[in-house]
Amino acid sequence: MAHPAQLGFQDAASPIMEELMYFHDHTLMIVFLISSLVLYIISLMLTTELTHTSTMDAQEVETVWTILPAVILILIALPSLRILYMMDEITTPTLTLKTMGHQWYWSYEYTDYENLCFDSYMTPPLELDPGELRLLEVDNRVVLPTEMSIRMLISSEDVLHSWTVPSLGVKTDAIPGRLNQATLMTSRPGIYYGQCSEICGANHSFMPIVLELVPLKHFEEWLLSTLE
Amino acid sequence: GAESQKPPPGKWWTPPFDPRFPNQNQTRNCYQNFLDYHRCQKTMKRRGKSAQPCEYYFRVYHSLCPISWVQRWNDQIKEGTFAGKI
Repeated sequence: MAHPAQLGFQDAASPIMEELMYFHDHTLMIVFLISSLVLYIISLMLTTELTHTSTMDAQEVETVWTILPAVILILIALPSLRILYMMDEITTPTLTLKTMGHQWYWSYEYTDYENLCFDSYMTPPLELDPGELRLLEVDNRVVLPTEMSIRMLISSEDVLHSWTVPSLGVKTDAIPGRLNQATLMTSRPGIYYGQCSEICGANHSFMPIVLELVPLKHFEEWLLSTLE
Repeated sequence: GAESQKPPPGKWWTPPFDPRFPNQNQTRNCYQNFLDYHRCQKTMKRRGKSAQPCEYYFRVYHSLCPISWVQRWNDQIKEGTFAGKI
């Protein structure tokens, strides 16, 4: 979950999100270096009594500040493409979970075996127990097993929504009439929160997503007990 | 560890990767398997054979297709208004 006044990403809970964090750190470092260099040069330019009014050319520095940015861009593009292809790797999933966006809640369908379906509404603030998170908790969490490749199929029954779990690096639009696939792979158990990420009406900010990731045995127990 | 987490083979089944639908948009994957199931049923019945092999298509569309879509299509088939060719 996010913390008050948080600036950075939430802790990564999937391998892809870890990679995205490393890439972000790498790219942001380059951005900071360039910005500080430019700021420093500007401050130099603005605080000198020296002038040179007869500059004709500057071949050497022009070459440097053409080649160097090209190199920097390549240093950014290569890790970026690596992650892009990594996200598109074809895995054989072990479980399929469908989610449908509604105004204003998510519904989930586990239909590989029996038909397990339920709705997931936000817990109204007045009904929260002490310690629970305002605008993030739901009545029925999405229970899933850890360390398994899960196929997510995301769609909508009315308007556009978007199914997001920042700590897993997942954000996929829910489009009526279209079935969008995403892959979920969680490294560790825990409770992961997300919020609808496509404007969908009055309660767009009040239809969160809560994943409860548990070891496989617990998932099986939950499945059996919920089916009754 | 991860080894003990591996689901017992044969116990956990979900539709495998289908190279006909390699991308993010899986709409056609669901719809095609729905069509194929009904076409398979119709053809097997016409030939007087068991519809057992058609079960694969059923399992795939049942896993992939939103329940509301399947219900709507089944209603349309019943009413004779289903747009697909079965």
